[in-house]
Amino acid sequence: MNFKTTIGLEVHVELKTKTKMFSPSPVTYGEAPNTAANVIDFGFPGVLPRVNKNAYRLGIMVALALHAKVTNETHFDRKNYFYPDNPKAYQITQQERPLGTNGWVEIEVKGKKKKIGIHELHVEEDAGKNTHGASGYSYVDLNRQGTPLVEIVSEPDIASPDEAYAYLEQLRQIILFTGASDVKMEEGSMRVDTNISIAPIGSDTLGTKAELKNLNSFAHVRDGLAFEEKRQAEVLMAGGEIRQETRRFDEPTGTTILMRVKEGSDDYRYFPEPDIPPFHISQEWIDEIGSEIPEMPNKRRERYVNDYGLPEYDASVLTATKEMSDFFDATVKAGAPAKQAANWLMGNVNAYLNEQQVDLSATKLTPDHLAGMIKLVSEGTISSKIAKKVFQEIITSDTDPRAWVEQKGLIQQSDPAVLTPIIDSILDNNGQSIEDFKNGKDRAVGFLVGQIMKQTHGKANPQVVNQILMAELKKR
Amino acid sequence: MIDRDQVAHVAGLAKLQFTDDQLTAFTKQMEDIIAMADQLDEVDVGDTTPMYQVTNLSNVFREDKPEHWQTRTQLLQNVPEKEAGLIKVPSILDNGEGEA
Amino acid sequence: MSTNYFEEDITSLHDALVNQKTTAAQLTADTLDQIQTKDKQTKAFITVAADEAKKQAAAADTQGITADRQLAGIPIAIKDNIITDGILTTAASKILTGFIPVYDATVTSRLKEAGAVLVGKTNMDEFAMGSSTENSYYGPTHNAWDLDRVPGGSSGGSAAAVAAGEVVAALGSDTGGSIRQPAAFNGIFGIKPTYGRVSRWGLIAFGSSLDQIGVLSRRVKDSAIVLQQIAGQDENDDTSLPALVPDYLAAMDGNIKGLRIAIPEEYLGEGVAQGVRDAIEKAVDTLKKLGATVDTVSLPHTKYAVPTYYLIASSEASSNLQRFDGIRYGFRAKDVKNLEDVYVRTRSEGFGDEVKRRIMLGTFSLSAGFYDAYFNKAAKVRHLIQDDFTKVFADYDLIVGPTTPTPAFKIGEKVNDPVTMYMNDILTIPANLAGIPAASVPAGLVDGMPVGLQLMAKPMAEATIFKVADAFEAATQFYTQVPTAMKGEK
Repeated sequence: MNFKTTIGLEVHVELKTKTKMFSPSPVTYGEAPNTAANVIDFGFPGVLPRVNKNAYRLGIMVALALHAKVTNETHFDRKNYFYPDNPKAYQITQQERPLGTNGWVEIEVKGKKKKIGIHELHVEEDAGKNTHGASGYSYVDLNRQGTPLVEIVSEPDIASPDEAYAYLEQLRQIILFTGASDVKMEEGSMRVDTNISIAPIGSDTLGTKAELKNLNSFAHVRDGLAFEEKRQAEVLMAGGEIRQETRRFDEPTGTTILMRVKEGSDDYRYFPEPDIPPFHISQEWIDEIGSEIPEMPNKRRERYVNDYGLPEYDASVLTATKEMSDFFDATVKAGAPAKQAANWLMGNVNAYLNEQQVDLSATKLTPDHLAGMIKLVSEGTISSKIAKKVFQEIITSDTDPRAWVEQKGLIQQSDPAVLTPIIDSILDNNGQSIEDFKNGKDRAVGFLVGQIMKQTHGKANPQVVNQILMAELKKR
Repeated sequence: MIDRDQVAHVAGLAKLQFTDDQLTAFTKQMEDIIAMADQLDEVDVGDTTPMYQVTNLSNVFREDKPEHWQTRTQLLQNVPEKEAGLIKVPSILDNGEGEA
Repeated sequence: MSTNYFEEDITSLHDALVNQKTTAAQLTADTLDQIQTKDKQTKAFITVAADEAKKQAAAADTQGITADRQLAGIPIAIKDNIITDGILTTAASKILTGFIPVYDATVTSRLKEAGAVLVGKTNMDEFAMGSSTENSYYGPTHNAWDLDRVPGGSSGGSAAAVAAGEVVAALGSDTGGSIRQPAAFNGIFGIKPTYGRVSRWGLIAFGSSLDQIGVLSRRVKDSAIVLQQIAGQDENDDTSLPALVPDYLAAMDGNIKGLRIAIPEEYLGEGVAQGVRDAIEKAVDTLKKLGATVDTVSLPHTKYAVPTYYLIASSEASSNLQRFDGIRYGFRAKDVKNLEDVYVRTRSEGFGDEVKRRIMLGTFSLSAGFYDAYFNKAAKVRHLIQDDFTKVFADYDLIVGPTTPTPAFKIGEKVNDPVTMYMNDILTIPANLAGIPAASVPAGLVDGMPVGLQLMAKPMAEATIFKVADAFEAATQFYTQVPTAMKGEK
């Protein structure tokens, strides 16, 4: 029997705000427990929520970047459930009228493009953190409580673990480019829950789905789904039935482990949040937010290929992060030829970042300095060998490349009036090489150039040296 | 109408428990209260929209500026059990979900 | 005791303070004495904050009491569901045993800024759920006019404290009549402002879309002075109204000539005691004599107000009260084995029966399969009830009627019959559902017990209520009567 796989993904992304969704407590990461919280976050009696405009704005921005329709008439709802990390015992979220609906992202798997629908996305508050001690106690830290989240719910369009992986990659990259979130799985600013069901091909109903938790990387999502796809197929092939259950991905074994079997559906008793007036989101505001969205990676790739004539490969490497892409654009804007800027960024810059394990922003390199250095090479002021020295300097300190090479005396010697006597004197002392050259041994030229560079401490312009050398050789 | 099982189910959702006698008495009272609520069946609301708030306010937002209000000591002052700056609670038996 | 609150009001006390006939410290000491004596009978207070009050009074004296600060040095009581930093706040529930807040309600801080002296926290029905102040973990409060009767509720402690002359004014809260009904039962004035007029920041929520903080006092003018101070937009309450607060005292010019008053026929129906109807008719005559025109109108959906209210308020309450889980503050059940135990035992032991009933009703009406038929249906009927008012207010400035169907009933009389108890609120609930301002002003005695005339105005038109109530008070002078039980206690 062959099966068709249906995967749904629920992605929570922390919005990059200074304060929480409903309280002016700072949003922090790694602070001492319960220090980045106030009476609102603690759900004290008598407190009321206060809506963060920036969080709502970023929510709309993500919705627009994912091609969703922004809901004009909307409100918040309460989702009621008891848990120690949920201090009010309700979460303020959007159930009835989510902020955005009907979005999509385009993925590409094995050369095939496919649109994955986004059912809805909404803003809500994050919960605190529970840690489970060994002594029969749990411990609650409410620093994270109230952090703004956008939840993105896919349509059941995803048909394989690879598509799920590609969808997450796309989602991550698009959101990263909006600047609305850091989208880092390792820091929890992006979290993924997924469900998967399989049904015999040709069947018009979906199978019973299992939910997967504890997915700490995109690879875990893919591996967990792949295992689950296989497990469910084996159960069905053996004549068994799939139960509605929640399973946990176990990293060491790459398998999924049963957490609990779900009986019936949860009853969250949603109702409109009475403490927050509803929203009439104007088209004007939506347009304004839309105009603030930076250019998306696919548009940038098109531009790099069509306008700058870069290869597809370069375009995709340069758009891996918004930072790199912005840097590239700024370098070109500062006057560097696109291909040379691309080569430097993909080559020396990326090598440096990998070696140092840092982000571009953690270096001292600026687009102006990189463009300036490229210009020094192209106008012949420095050699590409010297350029490597200059690069080391400008990536580790805020140094103007032209001023630096001048100060260090690294400017290339291109004046024939200076170079010709040096070349002549070297030729005078290397009769054998002249002989070799005449006999057609090209190596002799290399040797002579080496001598000239040695004499000039590497500052002679190799092109000018070549020209003079050939001319002088012919005279002999 | 509401029966005893429904009352028990609702009590479970609300994290309340009743003895058998209490449950019997509560079910009777809930029946009376819900019978009163059922008077609303008479009202033809047509296409009236539900009214959840009365102020006609909309789009009330706060600027994204951090403020520090209480210290941890203040926040934890009323906590029945705490340890190392954390709120301490007996463990959850069912290792279930709870996060957003 | 040198201060007799039956013969004083905020203006006279303020004059005495400004003219240095007394000091805030003296006034506070007198007040604490009054409370100590009279509260043995009324049991109006849960907490008397003597030390804090003395400190605030000393600070007011040090700062100097100037003519422009009308509330400086004036002792005021606060209902115990309003948060007071550093002072035990329980909402009359066992579940908030020992809870010491670490912030102030907006009304608390605004009173403190004005230099008022907060003398203590008044008794109430647990979480404001009740109409008799019998549902308090701390025991019932007694009516100052007849100690065997209820003071009404849920702001029964505030009402009894004012009626007994323990304080000159007190804050209450009103979700379905919790200020007006006890004001009526105790022969004093009480006003619930427009929803959103006073910040709810720091009011322990019951029905979030209905709750509103207001004032109780013997004299109409005193409520106006206190409301003037606590009203106005607050950045900590997204539902607070941005409108400016007009000068209430300036509006109280005694002239109500030509004012258009409506009296709804539904408010004088058969459920209303004959004595109350007579008192209201007499009150209406007084208003006519003062120059107002009075017509009978209809608010056709009035009879659905009680079920509508109980569904909406209880639904909101069921969610609002989930935070009382024994984890971060207040009572936690002993010897709990696991988390489920913490929740279930804390809540089952910590909440009283009436609170449980409403949590149950609210949880039921929001639960899967019942939401549309109960909560959402009630939200639609609520809209119709508001429409009724909007129509009447197109032609009238004020709606009047009785505040309650009967005068105060006996303690214990209705406590086991929730539905009958709920019907007692039928005349006060509609104003909460519509969000309009409403007040109760004393309209005489029926069989020795006070009854109230209810005044309801358009949204934001508290000034109209003050103007009419003040003119009515001047014409009737009910405030000169001292409750029987308090005579000889002066």
